[in-house]
Amino acid sequence: MGNLRELTINALPPLLFFALVLCTWHGAVVLFEIKPFMLPSPLQVASAVGANLPRLLSATALTATGALLGFTLSFAFGFLVSLIFSQSRIIERSLYPYAIFLQTVPIVAVAPLIVLWIGYGLKGVVAVSFIISLFPVIANTTTGLTRVDPNLLDLFALNNASRWQVLFKLRVPGAVPHMLTGARISSGLSVIGAIVGEFFAGYGTEDYGLGYIIINSSQKIQTDYLFACILFCTLLGLGIFTLVGTLSNFMLKRWTGTPE
Amino acid sequence: MAGLVIAHGINKRFSSGVEALRGVDLSIERGQFVSIVGPSGCGKSTFLRLVAGLDEPTAGTLTVDGRTPKDARREQLDLAFIFQDATLLPWRSVARNVGLPLELRGQTDADRVRQVIDMVGLADFADAYPAQLSGGMRMRASIARALTTNPELLLLDEPFGALDEITRQRLNEELLRLWQEDRWTGLFITHNVYEAVFLSQRVLVMSARPGQLIADITIPFDHPRDPDLRSTPEFVQLAETISHQLGEAGT
Repeated sequence: MGNLRELTINALPPLLFFALVLCTWHGAVVLFEIKPFMLPSPLQVASAVGANLPRLLSATALTATGALLGFTLSFAFGFLVSLIFSQSRIIERSLYPYAIFLQTVPIVAVAPLIVLWIGYGLKGVVAVSFIISLFPVIANTTTGLTRVDPNLLDLFALNNASRWQVLFKLRVPGAVPHMLTGARISSGLSVIGAIVGEFFAGYGTEDYGLGYIIINSSQKIQTDYLFACILFCTLLGLGIFTLVGTLSNFMLKRWTGTPE
Repeated sequence: MAGLVIAHGINKRFSSGVEALRGVDLSIERGQFVSIVGPSGCGKSTFLRLVAGLDEPTAGTLTVDGRTPKDARREQLDLAFIFQDATLLPWRSVARNVGLPLELRGQTDADRVRQVIDMVGLADFADAYPAQLSGGMRMRASIARALTTNPELLLLDEPFGALDEITRQRLNEELLRLWQEDRWTGLFITHNVYEAVFLSQRVLVMSARPGQLIADITIPFDHPRDPDLRSTPEFVQLAETISHQLGEAGT
């Protein structure tokens, strides 16, 4: 009962606000006679969703696949890179600037190049998603692996621990909270990466993701369909972020044994 | 009888130029419990790190069991160190923290782990995580971890400094009891004179930086010692004498 009450108190105000925004939006479209290709009303967006639902759902599934593959690859590869960084200061010093470079290079500008090299279709999309979500994993994991309590390092040294024992019994488990932070940031970026990837890597066949439909519907000035795509992109991003967030909270609680 | 720990003219100067220790000579016999008291920042913890082989002296010779501290440690002289913080791994339960030194030696001994956890009074908390324990309980777990391997030499770096007075006194009594049972060699660093006198057979007073040993006081009270010892006039007087010397050392 208490939970339900709390839920109502927490969820009601934003829901009311959402309803207010929808009403204002609809009212404005009707009142100012805004052309549907400039701004469709919420009802028109809803009917675009209804008319294209199967296509939107399959596009969302495809974009989600691209994003999750990109995210998984960046997590696995980023973890390995960080392990190497943590073992050698020279390697870290010589390569870390390029990891930062990877972060600062505008992905939209290089995406066409990546597609040219990797090819169209899912693999191009995964590549763009991978590159955009890689840096937060490397940055956070490297921080976690290298910033260890010096007393704990002494403790391991006093027990004549090997380099591998220090790495896998101290550094890696100690880096878990940082790794989870990196994963949360990366998961959000991976969705953006997949959509940007689809802008360029489109699919050319019957299968295509949200990014491709966005480009396509904007060229055809199907603004209601475009809005529907934006809605599904947002839901996808929210879904993946919530999934990874919940998973990482769960793991963090197990990690320190903190009860619910 | 030759000492387990022998220091001769130990100097330590850090690369920053700070001179931490100057001409420290001492010898600690096997099975002895010795405390070093000194003002904060006097280099007493630095000395402990040298004995542990975590750092090297700039000049002088330091041997543990006839070898350099590092060699002694590598050749399985069992040495344990208790830090100022409990220094537990937050992702491991008490039992898995206490078992860590064995694990790092490629051994497992669940009975020994349970035994030392019992010894420090944490039997009901073996599966708890550090975040679920109080500061005093965390320090008990830290002591248990140090005792797991049956160390010959136990180095304690102000282990109770961060605890409240009542917890500190109780843990002093427990540590004393543990030492009376097993008689390992103990080197205890503190700035609390009462704690040093209560626990030790010998108290060394170190001057302010650069640390030099300025007094070596034998504590005459018999073992086993009773907690009430702390309120006897002899105890109080001895502690006052040492406090006085410490006060002079600080200036």
